[in-house]
Amino acid sequence: MTLSEKLLEIKDLLIEADIDGHWTPIVNSLSMTLERGEIVGFIGESGAGKSTFGLTALGYTKPGCRIISGSIKLDGVELVGKSDAELRNIRGNKVAYVAQSAAASFNPAHTLVEQFAESPVQHGKMKMPEARKRCVELFRQLDLPDPEHIGERYPHQVSGGQLQRAMTAMALGSDPDIIIFDEPTTALDVTTQIEVLGAIKEAVKARHVAAIYISHDLAVVAQMADRIMVLRYGDLIEEGNAREMLENPKQEYTRQLLNVRSQRDAKTDRDEEDIQLRVENITASYPGTFIDVLTNININVVKGKTVALVGESGSGKSTLARVITGLLPPSQGSVKFHGRELAPSLRTRSKKDLQSIQLIYQMADVAMNPRHKIKEIIGRPLEFYLGMKGKQRDQRVLELLRQIEIPEDFAERYPAQLSGGEKQRICIARALAAEPELIICDEVTSSLDQLVADGILDLLLNLQKELDVSYLFITHDLATVKSIADEIVVMYQGGIVEQGTKAEILAPPHAPYTELLLSSVPEMDPDWLDDLVERRKRGEAPTAESIGS
Amino acid sequence: MFISAVWNDLNFSARVGLFIVLFFAFCAIFAPWLAPYGQSQIVGDAWAPIGGEFIFGTDQIGRDFLSRMIYGARNTMTLAFVSTAVSFSAGAMLGFVAATMGGGVDQVLGRMVDVVISIPTLIASLIVLSALGTATPTLVLVIGIIYAMPVFRIARAVAMDIEVMDYVEAARVRGEGLWWIMRKEILPNALTPLAAEFGLRYCFVFLLISSLSFLGLGLQPPLADWGAMVRANADGIAWGFYHPLLPAACIALLTIGINLLIDRWVHKASGLRDDQ
Repeated sequence: MTLSEKLLEIKDLLIEADIDGHWTPIVNSLSMTLERGEIVGFIGESGAGKSTFGLTALGYTKPGCRIISGSIKLDGVELVGKSDAELRNIRGNKVAYVAQSAAASFNPAHTLVEQFAESPVQHGKMKMPEARKRCVELFRQLDLPDPEHIGERYPHQVSGGQLQRAMTAMALGSDPDIIIFDEPTTALDVTTQIEVLGAIKEAVKARHVAAIYISHDLAVVAQMADRIMVLRYGDLIEEGNAREMLENPKQEYTRQLLNVRSQRDAKTDRDEEDIQLRVENITASYPGTFIDVLTNININVVKGKTVALVGESGSGKSTLARVITGLLPPSQGSVKFHGRELAPSLRTRSKKDLQSIQLIYQMADVAMNPRHKIKEIIGRPLEFYLGMKGKQRDQRVLELLRQIEIPEDFAERYPAQLSGGEKQRICIARALAAEPELIICDEVTSSLDQLVADGILDLLLNLQKELDVSYLFITHDLATVKSIADEIVVMYQGGIVEQGTKAEILAPPHAPYTELLLSSVPEMDPDWLDDLVERRKRGEAPTAESIGS
Repeated sequence: MFISAVWNDLNFSARVGLFIVLFFAFCAIFAPWLAPYGQSQIVGDAWAPIGGEFIFGTDQIGRDFLSRMIYGARNTMTLAFVSTAVSFSAGAMLGFVAATMGGGVDQVLGRMVDVVISIPTLIASLIVLSALGTATPTLVLVIGIIYAMPVFRIARAVAMDIEVMDYVEAARVRGEGLWWIMRKEILPNALTPLAAEFGLRYCFVFLLISSLSFLGLGLQPPLADWGAMVRANADGIAWGFYHPLLPAACIALLTIGINLLIDRWVHKASGLRDDQ
């Protein structure tokens, strides 16, 4: 075999999926090549076929999919038409896979090192002591703390970011030629994402492994990949060198993806400070526990403005939303609305109070009853708060649907028949139906594709202009914050680190944690990650450890 | 058309189930016209052989077996259906209340159910029925309440899973009352597992009624009841008469028929496709 031969060569691959009983093409005659040591990034929204295409390098198709035509050559060996047993042998030795959710991919009943050793020992490549040694070595390379002993822990005893790194170590364990990373950092906090990205990149480069990196986030892919392929609906939109593509995208769609993080116009400042919601000295803990999830929180929301609540998971931002809505009565402090104190528990709040504060959830799928039609979902608050019935109610539902830019005939559908973005719009309509003064948006865009999320943010801002409603916007995504917030509150471990207007918070000097958060947001610059890792090593930029201590 | 749409929606086994259930339902509804004799009419000698003058022979005191089986369909199916319906209404309702309200209410209801469930079903019903008498409404109520206990547990477990969903929380935040949350948010989503349970419980109730009838506390003679017919004619087996097997077969067949139908419905409702 000559060295010039490509490691992976996929030609004219056509894959169909069974969608509602019809075989529909989801990958349309795509071709790609991968050389030794090269990292190719696949980017696209959900449904672009990027995971399906990426997995074919394993010779694997998801259940309900089939390969119609084309060829997949791995190191000169044709994979299409191979039996499962043959494929299994190839996979273990040559290709490895790192999934999005490491937590779901590990067996909770075995320690990390046992799971690390399973594959090489079973394939007869290593003996147990050797596998352990290698495990420690790789854990060290991936920058896991205490590499000698962390392997003895069970998956639930390490953090999400550490688990993702352990999984990468597992993938590297059998010395594969190719690793497929399927959105490995999507489920992680920004600050953790950086650490994982840095560790993965270093390990992959050091071992000269080729990789396919699948992500919906162009800025992340730009850090990892030498070459980027932009996919959409199973077609290749654009392919090219990562650096060149970012500087000079050729296709309109790529340009859109590049611009998702752009800022929106700042709204006109108003003179009067009409404080609508005042959260005073809130301290709260969950029933049956004595640990304060929130300590001494003070926040004001001015009428018609957007306050963004930023922090990573576990910082207490969603808990604060529960306190404000009355789902979790605080142990100390009070919530005042237009200067009047609200009852701590929603059971004792008046209908009027409930009506004026509405909540939109992160997961639109589970926020709507799957057995109710859209018109019932939007119609219920109309009936409940405003006493609308029959024709008047149906009329208003249609109006609301127009307002959120959803076709009127959707009124007769069930939530399962809608896409993710459409579902979230319906949830917005349900909140609007109550004619609230304040809407709490709990991570409303974080489970959506970026372009769809952008559409939702635009809609929310337009509605704000039109209806003069205020938002308390809970998010971990600083890009979202930058684009819509008037004021920013940064939370960390149940307390407020910093708060002020957007300009104040985003301009230096920052509090150390804010600095860490801001510096962790991936930028559309291929050198950004390397620079940041360098600066952190020199101690010029804060790291999670320096904040925690 | 509606009927043809439903028919096309059923697979082979569900069609068999539908056929069985419709057949028995037909017998139950038109019993007085279908049965050649009355259910308590003595028409000949005891245990006349099957296939002789009487198609299915006669029972232990000389009543026409076929007529009694047809009337038995009517008596047993109706009684079991009403009792099961009572147990599901009560059990599901209390289960939902326990799950939605939680805390003390859940504890009190749960412990009360534990007490009832700890007494064997047959013994519990024997004691209560011997104290209260064996009028049919009493029978329905007693069986309904006893079987409401396992239904309570299932309904509570199912509702607990639904209760933590965001849409239920959204309803609470909106200020909806307990009744709305139970009826509109939880019930539609709990219907599928409860229906599956209904099919099984229905058959259990069937058998309980039969046992009670045998002990003299179920349907009172001369009313025909499949279970009682099995027990009353059981001695015949020793003499080479196969009569008791006939109503036993009916019980088995109806049980299978109902479950075939419900399986199909559960399969549909769970959103599975035929090839999976």
